Amino acid sequence: MRIVAVRLASIARVGLKAIVRNPMRSSLTMLGIIIGVACVITMVAVGSGASQSVQEAIGALGTNFIMVIPGVVTQSGAHIHGGESTLTEDDVEAIRRECPSVAYVSAGVRTGGQVVAGGLNWGTTIYGADVDWPLIRAWNTSQGEFFTAAEVRSGAKVCVIGAAVAEALFPDGKAVGQVVRVNNVPFHVLGVLERKGGTTMGTDQDDQLVAPYTTVMKRVMGTTRIGIIYVAAVSPDAVARAQEEIEALLRQRHRIAEDQPSDFMMRSQEEIASRAAQSSRTMSLLLGSVAAISLLVGGIGIMNIMLVSVTERTREIGVRLAVGAKARHILLQFLLEAVILSVVGGALGVALGFGASRVISKIAGWPTIVGLGSVGLAFGFAALVGVFFGFYPARRASRLDPIEALRYE
Amino acid sequence: MALVELADVVKVYSMGEVEVCALAGVSLAVDAGDFVAIMGASGSGKSTLMNILGCLDRPTSGSYRLDGIDVASLDPNARAEIRNAKIGFVFQSFNLLARTSALENVELPLIYGTGAVGGGERLRRSAAALAQVGLEGREHHFPSQLSGGQQQRVAIARALVTDPAILLADEPTGNLDTATSREVMQVLRALNAAGKTIILITHEADIADWARRRVVLRDGRIVEDVITGREVGVGGAA
Repeated sequence: MRIVAVRLASIARVGLKAIVRNPMRSSLTMLGIIIGVACVITMVAVGSGASQSVQEAIGALGTNFIMVIPGVVTQSGAHIHGGESTLTEDDVEAIRRECPSVAYVSAGVRTGGQVVAGGLNWGTTIYGADVDWPLIRAWNTSQGEFFTAAEVRSGAKVCVIGAAVAEALFPDGKAVGQVVRVNNVPFHVLGVLERKGGTTMGTDQDDQLVAPYTTVMKRVMGTTRIGIIYVAAVSPDAVARAQEEIEALLRQRHRIAEDQPSDFMMRSQEEIASRAAQSSRTMSLLLGSVAAISLLVGGIGIMNIMLVSVTERTREIGVRLAVGAKARHILLQFLLEAVILSVVGGALGVALGFGASRVISKIAGWPTIVGLGSVGLAFGFAALVGVFFGFYPARRASRLDPIEALRYE
Repeated sequence: MALVELADVVKVYSMGEVEVCALAGVSLAVDAGDFVAIMGASGSGKSTLMNILGCLDRPTSGSYRLDGIDVASLDPNARAEIRNAKIGFVFQSFNLLARTSALENVELPLIYGTGAVGGGERLRRSAAALAQVGLEGREHHFPSQLSGGQQQRVAIARALVTDPAILLADEPTGNLDTATSREVMQVLRALNAAGKTIILITHEADIADWARRRVVLRDGRIVEDVITGREVGVGGAA
């Protein structure tokens, strides 16, 4: 054992010296691996940073959030919205009463409309909602107040507006207390909602107007059917349970036979989040595989240089064989050389990747997360590349005939 | 029993369809402490004989015993061990590793030896071998910083470091001028005087005259095998 260890150390030292002796060639060889590993780490860092900010943005919407929308999902997955909504105010009341996993529930409607104030007008989305809506969406007013239960019951012409609408119609910032007209119906502005920014789907959440659903249905839309039910489960863990309770309740209330599809659908924030997470994972994977290809190219660079090196050092190999080196010693020497190159290159690449991620964070204002997993993966892959691409040249070296090798010019 | 015993060694190379007979039945015995020069024109088979003597190649038929071991039938790994332990090579073109110090060049065979030799012991033995060829103080010079004669002496030190049974010198003065050739041959003669068995391959008669015995090959056969004696060698080289 001692003999083997001593010899292994000597052979490793021989490989190391060959690297040190050709600093220019060695560093150029390593460059491929350095860039490859740095790419993997940076790309994965950017990807996971993006996915984390998406998750945070979604989390800000309220993780307990569930929407119930009318319509049927066919077996092929298509959403058919035929004719009148089947959801009623009684359904809302039933959910509030009978679903223990539901904390808040709010009837809602949605329509588009032109909002006019003074000489300015602005096209936006008009939402009708109940008093619990701020609790469900985890969304408060930054100025003024939300409307009250009494205002909802009486169908009062009051509203709160999103930050973008406030900016467009009241550039002086004094929106509260003013009057806006929606389809010629005057609404008192009670408050302005906190700024939330864009959704993951690309719409601006701050571009909306929220009024009591009763008012919107009667005055703006002229309908008696509600378009949507907003629900908040008692906790994020209870979302699935709440969905089951709502489903069972509404199917029973709408008298839907067991083999028939429901005439409504539910979307939970969790579903939306997982879909967004999936798309950002796909993005990470894409970036990662592009980076992995560059690592592969780096490996081919190592193989190229090692093959040149074997040819260049044919005589050296001949001498080593003549003085008693066995084929496996030569194999080991060249293999170790390739592995040392790729591992050192990998380590430098990890450092460079860290640096590049920092720089990208600074410049793009984008969070990047350098995970231990991606560091380990890139590093391990680099070592593997070294072994894989080092093996062929090393085997070629070890199979040289000593007589031929000594005669090689 | 002789140190080197070749009996009826034949070596046939097949070059495609043509078979070339490089050695056509060579029998040779070399005693321990002898100094033999093997001569011959190019194509006489002396390089083939050298490769077989050096366990770099195997005879097609015939037997080869080195220091009592039948080496004709050994596999490549076993031959590598024999080369390491029993044979020291000196080549025409020195074959030193570039950008590697004299000491590290000499150390080379010890890395692959079967005995456990630690780094300190390796350096001590390498330095001793360099001293034996008169190169104290040059341990850390690179080959490019040494003269041709000095480089060949480093190569001789490398051949000596494992204390092999025979020293095989293949045209050791082929790349050197007359004065430097003398320097190298004097080192070899001193080693022989100290008891080392040396087999020298050359095509130059004046170099062969440094040896005690001359073996001449022609067309793969030994055509002459005579004792020339040392005194002739001194005169021939002068």
